[in-house]
Amino acid sequence: MILGFTIAQIAVAVLAGLLCAGLGLAGRGPNDATLGAIALVEVLLLAQIVIAITAPAFGNLPTGDPLEFWVYLVTAAFLPIAGVIWALVERSRWSTVVLGVAALAVAVMLYRMEQIWSVQVA
Amino acid sequence: MPSTPESLARPARRRGVGAVLVAVYGVLAVAAAGRSVYQILDRFDEAPIAFSLSAVAAVVYVVATLALALGWRRVAWATIGFELLGVLVVGTLSLLAPGVLGLDSIDPFGREATVWSAYGAGYLLVPLVLPVLGLVWLARGRGAPAAQAAAEG
Repeated sequence: MILGFTIAQIAVAVLAGLLCAGLGLAGRGPNDATLGAIALVEVLLLAQIVIAITAPAFGNLPTGDPLEFWVYLVTAAFLPIAGVIWALVERSRWSTVVLGVAALAVAVMLYRMEQIWSVQVA
Repeated sequence: MPSTPESLARPARRRGVGAVLVAVYGVLAVAAAGRSVYQILDRFDEAPIAFSLSAVAAVVYVVATLALALGWRRVAWATIGFELLGVLVVGTLSLLAPGVLGLDSIDPFGREATVWSAYGAGYLLVPLVLPVLGLVWLARGRGAPAAQAAAEG
């Protein structure tokens, strides 16, 4: 992982989560802004997958268990997709809150991934 | 949407605030299941009692998620009640007597930490707060397909 990229990614996920939770509680159904914010979270997760695949070739190896790291990353990458499917099936304000829950969960999981990659010793 | 028999037959499409509860339960179920499977495969012998309880907790979260999503009220009561009991008992033991659970450390973020350690502190205390919200939601008569239809009809 690249620390700067991960910090920016966590910031985006937190902002997207707060935006969706806030707009959902304010009564908005899923719209271009909230779905777009979740799409951005997903694109950054896909970029993180590319980084995690290529980083070891450049000497950037995880200190923790790669298996644990990948379980987190793959699961996190599915969360926004699940949230968007949910939002398309049920177009209510609560689905917007659900998008926010997914984005905030991704933020927590990214924090854990950074720990496993650079702090935790397997 | 008018309250036709068709809309009553598909209550899962509109759950109101319960949808958020189902979503948070779903995330917690995945988190608890993923971690306990990994710990059992990787280091079961380090703390077999704690990791077994963790696996039980994960299964209960999965069942509770399904029960909330599908409106099985009795199952939801049982599983969510079990979770509240579990997080209180295991949380207390993990802090006061970690040895009983075979834990060497009380660190809620450590390698032996489970979903209920230190009242779920490693999961932002969500495991402690969520069952309370779930029981309140059930006690207010929500979650039953008939009650939902009546409330939203």
